[in-house]
Amino acid sequence: MTGNQITWQRGIVTASTRAADGIARIVVQAEHGVREAPGSHVDVRIGPDAVRSYSIVETDGASVTLGVRLSPTSRGGSAFMHALTPGAAIDITAPLQDFPLRIGARRYVLLAGGIGITAIAGMARTLARLGADYTLVYVGRTRAAMAFLPELTALHGGRLRLHVDDEGTGLDVAALIADADPESELYMCGPIRLMDAVRRGWLAAQLPLPNLRYETFGNSGWFDTEEFTVRVPRLGIETTVRTGDSLLEALERAGAEVMSDCRKGECGLCTVGIVDLHGALDHRDVFFSDAQKARAHMLCACVSRVVRDRADACPGVLTLDLP
Amino acid sequence: MTNPSPAGATAKSLGFPRNAWYAAAWDHEVTAKSILARSIAGRSLALYRTESGRPVALADACWHRLAPLSMGKLVGADEVQCPYHGLRYNSAGRCTFMPAQQTINPSAVVRSYPIEQRHRFVWVWTGDPMHADPALIPDMFQMDSPEWAGDGRTIAVDTDYTLVLDNLMDLTHEEFVHSSSIGQDELSESDFTVTHDDRTVTVTRWMLDIDPPPFWRKNMRDKFPDFEGRVDRWQIIEFQAPSTIRIDVGVAKAGTGAPEGDRSQGVNGFVMNTITPETDRSAHYFWAFMRDYRLESQLITTQLREAVHGVFGEDEAMLAAQQRGIDAHPDHEFYNLNIDAGGMWMRRLIQRMIDAEQLAATVVR
Ligand code: FES
Ligand code: FES
Ligand SMILES: [Fe+2]
Repeated sequence: MTGNQITWQRGIVTASTRAADGIARIVVQAEHGVREAPGSHVDVRIGPDAVRSYSIVETDGASVTLGVRLSPTSRGGSAFMHALTPGAAIDITAPLQDFPLRIGARRYVLLAGGIGITAIAGMARTLARLGADYTLVYVGRTRAAMAFLPELTALHGGRLRLHVDDEGTGLDVAALIADADPESELYMCGPIRLMDAVRRGWLAAQLPLPNLRYETFGNSGWFDTEEFTVRVPRLGIETTVRTGDSLLEALERAGAEVMSDCRKGECGLCTVGIVDLHGALDHRDVFFSDAQKARAHMLCACVSRVVRDRADACPGVLTLDLP
Repeated sequence: MTNPSPAGATAKSLGFPRNAWYAAAWDHEVTAKSILARSIAGRSLALYRTESGRPVALADACWHRLAPLSMGKLVGADEVQCPYHGLRYNSAGRCTFMPAQQTINPSAVVRSYPIEQRHRFVWVWTGDPMHADPALIPDMFQMDSPEWAGDGRTIAVDTDYTLVLDNLMDLTHEEFVHSSSIGQDELSESDFTVTHDDRTVTVTRWMLDIDPPPFWRKNMRDKFPDFEGRVDRWQIIEFQAPSTIRIDVGVAKAGTGAPEGDRSQGVNGFVMNTITPETDRSAHYFWAFMRDYRLESQLITTQLREAVHGVFGEDEAMLAAQQRGIDAHPDHEFYNLNIDAGGMWMRRLIQRMIDAEQLAATVVR
């Protein structure tokens, strides 16, 4: 495991190819070389003030391979990445580690949903090399949208379990959890719905919570992303949160000062109080518990959103109380 | 990327490999009652035991604000609680409690190090956990074998660990540093042989038909109360990379067949040494003296421990003086003599471990 000191370096894109529908495999040669621990990511500067994190699929010591999904509601990151062509220079950090794999567990379950495979693939490769007892569960909507399938199949053989929704082999979360025991560690990365379902099942099965490890990039929700309005009466702010923006970014642009750090719904620094709501909340964070989310007093501005009211179909309006 | 190996004169400090098991503590020092703070190979660790007796090594810095976990307390079956804001971690380093929130940040974790208890020591692997194979723990079986008895101590050394290894690989210094106990002229007069393989170096020296020095005369009389006369004396130094040295030492009544393998007319001891780098220029030196006779006598165990402690005090003084010499003459490399052959092989094996590690860090993974 490397330290988590953020050091920027120059990277040169050496390849950008198609890994699956809407997913690019981007190889970046790093100026100072890279030593990656499984579960690491790099931050990439995608604009003057904007940084995005991408998991490292693999590294050869000199370059990193990233898998980037072009989000239909890209906030700029995935569009920027998909536009890169060989020879392009970008700023990247040395690998950062927020999602470390612990060596030495009795059993592992690795669960990847969609683009979450980028965070999980390196862990799976490490466990294969160690001869550990692991299962790699990879869930996707269609095979065409699942990246790195041939490589994963070649490397993991019978330890790889594919679940493809449109082939009727979707994941049965209950069965997955029934297979786990208190000595299993489960590592997951994927859409929030999948991760929430696993988290609930894990709690219900009374499995040790610290053995459930997950990484969220805070980019998926329970509902599709929509535009909505945010008001902060106290600051005289009313602005639109576009599909490519986060609530936090919209507030900042409108002149509100909001504290934040992780910007992926983990730390809880960006929590704001809700005064009034028209529409439904789409909590996309992992900071609040289910009970807190249900009370709907607060939300994490970096990832959470509002969607239109199902009954009247009027666009969402969120009124906040900022300190 | 690899450092060129020093040619000719010898680098004073090699650095240390990380992919190695280092003795972090005596088994009795790691308890379920309190947390032991110790720096091992440049890493600060918090060492403790779970309720079920398993040793644990966590990075001694909380994920939150890096407060030392060793200042915290043990809670539950296997957890530590940070002394600052109360975050808790289990023995795998996973955060299990966060104050003032109902969930746990999934990235909250401190590093947990591979750890094993063996030969009365607790061993920690400070490098890549993927290579932490317990079979690589140095063999010091005499430490807890029923055929051997003895005890030892720890010396806090203010020099690079390789200087201690040098000291142990060449025992001609006994004649000069330890003249009142184990030193004698025959040490520098007799020949020695050096053999090695990938992980070990062995230096063998026999001194036949000599007068025993005071330490050995006393030991002979513990086993053979009326002993008088001359002895055959041996010193077989066995280095196990990167930093463990067992020294098979003893004397037997002269001409009774000890060189051919019959040690029944003699006394045999093993000086067990494992030296753990703490920082670039300090080390934890764990040693013990084990013997294979009069196993029942706690008196002899204590006497031998104190006698060897006295002898090692002389080495300690010399090492500190040597370090002062090194500090005062930073540009001078070491020169080597014939007597350094064992130490040179020792240095070469360590250098190979370090090179292999640096290569692995840059090569396709
Ligand atoms: S900034 Fe961390 S939860 Fe929003
Ligand atoms: S520093 Fe450990 S809880 Fe804050
Ligand atoms: Fe000595």
